[in-house]
Amino acid sequence: MTFPKVVVFVNALIPLVLLLWDVYNKRVGPNPLEFATRTTGMLTLVFLSLTVAVTPLRKIFGINSLVKVRRMLGLFAFFYGALHLLTYVWFDRWFNLISVVQDVAKRPFILFGMLAFVLMLPLAITSTNKMVKRLGGKRWAMLHRLVYLSAIAGVVHFWMLVKSDTRLPLTFGFILLFLLGYRLLAKYAPANQPNASLFRD
Amino acid sequence: MAEKSEKVTDKDVYLNRRRFIQAAVMAGTATASTLLYRRLNPPPAERVEGEKIQGVAKAPTTEAIKEGFAVNDKRTPLDAITNYNNFYEFDTSKGGVAYAVKGFITRPWTVSVEGLVNKPKIFDIDELLKFPLEERTYRLRCVEGWSMVIPWIGFPLQKLLEKVEPTSQARYVAFQTLLDPQRMPNQRTGILDWPYVEGLRLDEAMHPLTIMATGMYDETLPPQDGAPIRLVVPWKYGFKSIKSVVKISLVADEPPTTWNIQAPDEYGFYSNVNPNVPHPRWSQATERRIGEYGRRDTLLFNGYAEQVAYLYQGMDLVKNF
Repeated sequence: MTFPKVVVFVNALIPLVLLLWDVYNKRVGPNPLEFATRTTGMLTLVFLSLTVAVTPLRKIFGINSLVKVRRMLGLFAFFYGALHLLTYVWFDRWFNLISVVQDVAKRPFILFGMLAFVLMLPLAITSTNKMVKRLGGKRWAMLHRLVYLSAIAGVVHFWMLVKSDTRLPLTFGFILLFLLGYRLLAKYAPANQPNASLFRD
Repeated sequence: MAEKSEKVTDKDVYLNRRRFIQAAVMAGTATASTLLYRRLNPPPAERVEGEKIQGVAKAPTTEAIKEGFAVNDKRTPLDAITNYNNFYEFDTSKGGVAYAVKGFITRPWTVSVEGLVNKPKIFDIDELLKFPLEERTYRLRCVEGWSMVIPWIGFPLQKLLEKVEPTSQARYVAFQTLLDPQRMPNQRTGILDWPYVEGLRLDEAMHPLTIMATGMYDETLPPQDGAPIRLVVPWKYGFKSIKSVVKISLVADEPPTTWNIQAPDEYGFYSNVNPNVPHPRWSQATERRIGEYGRRDTLLFNGYAEQVAYLYQGMDLVKNF
């Protein structure tokens, strides 16, 4: 593993280590399950946003080496998303899948969460070098645009479950809007405009 | 030759420097990540002890349970009650309220009881604390799907209303929380329509289970739980039990209520605990009791059907949710 990857790997695991440490020491407040669910959910959104931020950051600031850690960021989004789902299916539903289905029918925001996770599945599966070769670069890149939909579904999921203070979900929403909007602009902005250089390599 | 050795760094030195920089980057980012996580997820706040309340009447248990004044369920620990609060005037995260209320001053404090009454009066908090106090151990069910068991100290609202003599036109009671953005910082934001207002039908307000609480666990109320005085209506969702009350008005028509203004199709005026009426975004059939794993069944009127069901006879509880 190269050094930048080690840095990302260690930092991405720090929240999990601190979360487990706090749970072990009973420092997670009166509702530990809600705490674990909320924290892992938030981390999923953070890593999804970081993954989607790589391309704009590369283009605006010219830090091309960022692309080398993108796969790892994406896999951590998947990892925390899986933990988030697990806390719900395990501690809230005790692996009773019928009760999960009933719950989803009554709480549509869960459906968006599930959608966000399911969309990440094929991306995690095809994340190896071998799979990139097997699919061919173009098709692989096409498939991995699903990450945009996953991030959108994740933010909608968060926004729908909040009672009235929507500031945090909206913050994620605006960040995502910028990161995705940037791509559209970069694609369609005419190259001969004076400020177009911002949007090109 | 001497010139050359100055320009080209020795390979060993180069590698050492590289390793040093790497170690610094690793330590720096790891520290930053740890601090960021800690800032976003602070540990539960230390509890500030209240003043001890003396001379509280505690009813004999079997009789109290029959009347709904006590329950057999295990009480929620004080540390849990004071670190898991919905009090949007201070903070919208349940763990953050205990931090945000630090330094909240509740003296001087008055409660104005007014409107359609013969003897309107502004009560000083110290006067209210002299009402004969009782202990009432109630279940509290939040509309979000969690619950607690809390030993409140307080007096029936009925006793206060009798003092001001409601007129025959009075049919509802309207309550209002303090409005003071200096002391309640989130009132500077627009997340809710301030001040927080709530309401009850007069017969609900006069019911013996409806109390004004001034303490819990034999101590004065902590700020996060509605100091210095709050309403407690145990058969309704928690948000009906308005905190830090400064005004109580007797009125003729159904008064506006904050969450109903915010989302009329989600929070009704009555908001009685009812497992058969789902919230539009989640089921109300079960709840998580704080301190327990898994979920337990939610009871009609939060388990107080025997005491309060008669208030709603002939009413469609689905329509009047």
